Amino acid sequence: MIIEHIDAELPGTVTDRHAFRGDQTIVVAKASFLPLVDFLYREGFQLLVDITAVDWPEREQRFDVVYHWLNLASQERLRVKVAVADGEAMPSLTSHFKTADWFEREVFDLFGIPFEGHPNLTRLLTWQDFPGHALRKDFPLDGGDAFCMEGCTAPYNNGERG
Amino acid sequence: MILDSIALSRQQVDGDTMIVNLGPSHPTTHGTLRIIMELSGETIVKSTPEMGYLHRGVEKLGESLSYQQFIPLTDRLNYCSSIMNNVGYTHAVEKLLGIEIPKRAQQIRVLMSELARLGDHIVCVGVNAVDIGAFTAFLYIWKQRETIYDLFEMATGQRLHTSFTRIGGLFRDVPEGFVPATERFLPECEAAIDELEKLLTHNPIWHDRTKGIGVISAEDAVNWGYTGPCLRAAGVPQDLRKAQPYLGYETYDFDIPVGTTGDVFDRYLVRVEEMRQSIRIIRQVLARLEPGPVNVDDPKITLPTKDKVYTRMESLIHHFKLIMHGMEMPVGEVYSATEAANGELGFYLVSDGGKNPYRIRVRPPCLPIFSSFHEQVKGFMIADAVAVLGAMNVIAGELDR
Repeated sequence: MIIEHIDAELPGTVTDRHAFRGDQTIVVAKASFLPLVDFLYREGFQLLVDITAVDWPEREQRFDVVYHWLNLASQERLRVKVAVADGEAMPSLTSHFKTADWFEREVFDLFGIPFEGHPNLTRLLTWQDFPGHALRKDFPLDGGDAFCMEGCTAPYNNGERG
Repeated sequence: MILDSIALSRQQVDGDTMIVNLGPSHPTTHGTLRIIMELSGETIVKSTPEMGYLHRGVEKLGESLSYQQFIPLTDRLNYCSSIMNNVGYTHAVEKLLGIEIPKRAQQIRVLMSELARLGDHIVCVGVNAVDIGAFTAFLYIWKQRETIYDLFEMATGQRLHTSFTRIGGLFRDVPEGFVPATERFLPECEAAIDELEKLLTHNPIWHDRTKGIGVISAEDAVNWGYTGPCLRAAGVPQDLRKAQPYLGYETYDFDIPVGTTGDVFDRYLVRVEEMRQSIRIIRQVLARLEPGPVNVDDPKITLPTKDKVYTRMESLIHHFKLIMHGMEMPVGEVYSATEAANGELGFYLVSDGGKNPYRIRVRPPCLPIFSSFHEQVKGFMIADAVAVLGAMNVIAGELDR
């Protein structure tokens, strides 16, 4: 329902769409993302339920950043996906939705996707000198050198570990 | 950056403010999380929550486990109401598969979910009271939680890590004696809730400690991504059981309590009323519980019973195929949300048709709520921060995953 509305008001925004098991999904380009968010907010999609990402390493634009919105008045849900390449920044939604703050930090932490305009883009779940980004497909399941024992000095104990 | 503000090295009067460390191991954090507070006198100027102490990489692990194998990991999300996580996860996989589970399985899932909600609210309210100093109320209500865990043990064999659901149904039917035991429990629990209310609801000390603390407007609560009791306490009547019914919740008669100011007292009142409503739902389930299978009749999804595996060729093959190769999953992505005790528990599954999910995302309800913590406590005192933290019901297992 909202998708027809987007097509009418912001033509050309939706580059791909599908509905699976009742979930409506749209794919949009990064350039048209912020105008779409403004439009969605005005249409009542004011609860940003979740921000996450999916890694497709064989693709040129490696990551899908996935947003879930809920319209509290009509109880309609919408999933918006934006593809970005490795290292490419997404615009931050922290100025629209306060809840985006930690969700974006988590995506940055686990996938290494930067968010432009985020006030405090630091790691959320892992520690600051954690090597790599855990939810990337090329990150080893056992964590690799997760405790950064190699080539890393401790910030306490005069730089000595142990 | 956060390392710079480790409290131990700077726990001295530094200008006008002092840095105090709450956690990672502190009685009021109820799990390992840490809050670095900057105080001016006794007033909180700034607080920086730090989390991740319980991060186990559940989402990463899920990519190497089959859909069925992921169920035990969901127990460890919100460990106070693990059955609701089991239900939420299997519900998401069933949505991906496009199947509907039998009536009896739905009813038992509702029954277990509501028992778990009762238990979770008991923990939240009771422990919040302890943190504020009302120890008696906690002891009065805590016995009921033990009974709920006894019921879980009876049905699932485990008190905390239940792993009760299976994709397409349940691990097993509830045993004989479970229904009468639950019926005996309900009036006891109601009496205990009455006692709890007598101790707290009209208690002036409780009012002083909870009213006006953690106030949030409905707009702000939505903007912060609040769901569950905290959102309802702020005045938004959003409950997925009513708004987007699943498991036949639309056929049960129950009310959604709503607060006005969103403060700690309103959150307490909402939770207490939800406990009563859960009891109401459980009574209705017990009244209509109909005999029947608890798993879908599909050998590609449900494991055959052991006697069939030992005696019938097809069942043996199905058993082998399900264990070794997993289910045949369609390619696609679904987001499925259920109303857990803390709010909207969402599972976002991406399937590439393989045995394991390509991506599993757990949307924890308390992460967005906890992210507003620093705004909620700014200008208040540490004792108030403890009250707010308890009323948010932050569960570290779910927060960090």
